[in-house]
Amino acid sequence: MAETKQVERPLSPHLQIYRPQVTSISSILTRITGNALVVAAVMIVWWLLAASTSDAYFDLANAVVMSWFGKLVLVLSLWAVWYHYLAGLRHFYFDAGKGLDIPTAERLGWACIIGSVVLTGLTLLLI
Amino acid sequence: MRYLTDRKRAEGKGAAGTGTEHAWYMKVSGVGLALIIPVFLVAFGRALGGDRAEVILALSHPAMAILTGLVIFFGLRHFASGAQTMIEDYSHGTTRRALIIAVLVLSYGLIATGLFALAKIAL
Repeated sequence: MAETKQVERPLSPHLQIYRPQVTSISSILTRITGNALVVAAVMIVWWLLAASTSDAYFDLANAVVMSWFGKLVLVLSLWAVWYHYLAGLRHFYFDAGKGLDIPTAERLGWACIIGSVVLTGLTLLLI
Repeated sequence: MRYLTDRKRAEGKGAAGTGTEHAWYMKVSGVGLALIIPVFLVAFGRALGGDRAEVILALSHPAMAILTGLVIFFGLRHFASGAQTMIEDYSHGTTRRALIIAVLVLSYGLIATGLFALAKIAL
């Protein structure tokens, strides 16, 4: 029956004094891409609702989704899905206790970044 | 001295307050989404850009309708759980609770709207 005691520990240095590392950047990008995808979700659900409603409503939603801005959001979201996808796979690999040494972790970070761009290009070629 | 075991004192004190359930759900939904997302991206990308009749024809194919429904449901459930983790990392107290509720309202609202629209298109 141990008592909880507050121990005086040294504070860790603040994040901003570190040079950006591919490991930390690729980790935070996973969170950013995953959460930012809600923008595309709102847009696509609205577009689906319009398609199910009427020709006039669809024309409006389709004009927004197919505008240069809509397309920009969709292409960035396509990249975000692929990035989040590869980073998720990397997480499963890390969870298995593998790839955690620094050279491998850094290579995996670059694999996520470069791989997501390549897969976005391939998807755009296929559609 | 309080006569509590270490385990009893630790229970419910984790960041989420719910043990490993939340983390495990992210893994399971992540694997499920990994299986269907690549096909969905290409199929949905091809459906985009047509006129209303073409879009309705593409989305009412049974395989496409089922795939889209799965992506809407599990994609947004996965989003809500992930967003909750982020909220729990950066906010506390009432703000935390309000943000988690807002994310749940938004994601369930999108799921219901998306599935309603999909059913109307496909059936």
